[in-house]
Amino acid sequence: MRGRRKLGRGAAVVGAGMSRFGMFSDKDSKCLFAEAFKEMLSTVDKGVDAKDIDALYLGNFTNDFFVHQGHWGPIISDLLGLTPKPATRTEGACASSALAFREGVFAVASGFYDVVLVGGVEEMSKRNTEEVTQGLAMAASPYEVRAGFTFPGVFGAMATAYFAKYGATREHLMNVTIKSHSNARLNPRAQYNVSIRDIMNQKIEKAEAKGNPLPTWRDEKEFLRDPEANPVVAWPMHLYDCCPISDGASCVLLVAEEIARDFSRNPLYVAGIGQGSGKGLHAKEDLTYFEATRYAAQEAYELSGLKPEDIQIAEVHDCFSIAEIIHLEDLGFFGPGKGYKAVEEGLTRLDGSKPINTSGGLKCKGHPVGATGTGQMVEIWKQLRGEAGERQVSIKDLRIGATQSLGGTGGTCTLTVLERR
Amino acid sequence: MEVAPFSDISYERFLSEEKLMGSRCSNCGTLFVPPRAICIECHGSEMEWVEMKGKGKLAAYTCIAIGPPFMAKEGYDRKHPYVSGVVELEEGAKVVARIEGVDGSKPETIRIGTPLKVEFLHRGEGKDLRTFLAFRPS
Repeated sequence: MRGRRKLGRGAAVVGAGMSRFGMFSDKDSKCLFAEAFKEMLSTVDKGVDAKDIDALYLGNFTNDFFVHQGHWGPIISDLLGLTPKPATRTEGACASSALAFREGVFAVASGFYDVVLVGGVEEMSKRNTEEVTQGLAMAASPYEVRAGFTFPGVFGAMATAYFAKYGATREHLMNVTIKSHSNARLNPRAQYNVSIRDIMNQKIEKAEAKGNPLPTWRDEKEFLRDPEANPVVAWPMHLYDCCPISDGASCVLLVAEEIARDFSRNPLYVAGIGQGSGKGLHAKEDLTYFEATRYAAQEAYELSGLKPEDIQIAEVHDCFSIAEIIHLEDLGFFGPGKGYKAVEEGLTRLDGSKPINTSGGLKCKGHPVGATGTGQMVEIWKQLRGEAGERQVSIKDLRIGATQSLGGTGGTCTLTVLERR
Repeated sequence: MEVAPFSDISYERFLSEEKLMGSRCSNCGTLFVPPRAICIECHGSEMEWVEMKGKGKLAAYTCIAIGPPFMAKEGYDRKHPYVSGVVELEEGAKVVARIEGVDGSKPETIRIGTPLKVEFLHRGEGKDLRTFLAFRPS
């Protein structure tokens, strides 16, 4: 360990998998987690016996009230045949499995366990949009809820403050959406693996087949400006600024650093982990950043000895388009007020100098909230190991990737830095 | 007279009496709205209630087309969005509140910095009576 903070011993990721993310009427949490677990096992180069897993850390947020079943740790542990090994559930709203990962790292670093399974699961799509909106808002501050704020509403309000402070506009947010979709087009596992242009063409074909007047959008931005195609959710957040409602699961296998090569030819070592907490919207000193992300980043950079410019690729928590821009700044990738310009200049594209959300992000890959933290790690796992297929970034000597998660309206934020050696 | 506890319950009861109240730290003077029982500046726990004048300006806002069921009950929907915002009070503290008297379907006409005055929205009846904090252009 090179930084100011220290782990008792190092930990490494030796396997990573996810279920399909999407809206499934016939798949429940157990079935989704089984899918993720099975894929994870297939990525452990030298194999692992599930009986060697010492403990499970599981992130889950909404199942108590969306499917009226709580206490998911032992349910998943039993599903995988891990009982009587301990199972611990972590809850940090949309960052739940990022917290599970951190607890897993601490468990390994302490020397208590050698092999732990870390993951997350969420089952959301069996509720309607209003119910999901209300359920998710349980992770906002109580004052926000009483003032009528929804999640998109909180981010919408932060966007108006950001626009006023830095001169950005809705047009700049569209650059994030267009990029996410163009990456997701190359990700067969994304919930929406289509570009905005593909969606436009589909709509034109549909209109043609029905004999309706053909839409006349000249480009993607004109499509996104069309209130019929892209209605307001919580202004300035429109439909295409918001991540979808998703079901899904993901998991990674964490082992002690000294045994990582027993499992994997190409493990990803945990270089940095950080977590912060933040105040409600009204108590923020400034409405254009998340103090929790800044703190989490500082912790992770201190542990890793790395600087923002050392992070070559990242998955950030783009629950809403404005969030991606703010995270880029809070992580120190670009200065305050510079994030939207970096996106506009294409620096965060697949072929840019700092590719962000190569998976398509939460916006397109999907956001089964509890599964997102470790789901982001699945993408970094693939990219750093050169297994991302068509969307593989072509950065020379690609070694260091990061994932950033945000829970609620910034109440819980994390940064995880993974490194190939 | 006994001082009301510095809780959200007290804060809401004051709202129902049409008073926007905060707490001030007796040690360092920092003001908190809604009230805090512990000062996050000096960690003092001697607090006193203070009433806000109810004037401020708009710091951030959003026009919500898909709201929770309790807003839908008030008649708001995709065609009739409502406005929620962050208001910076004259006293310096910020609060989140409903913003009345602006057109949620014309978000471009709403301006950050607009001067606002407090309003109290009483909704429901009997034991379901709730008061919501709101502001409107002054």
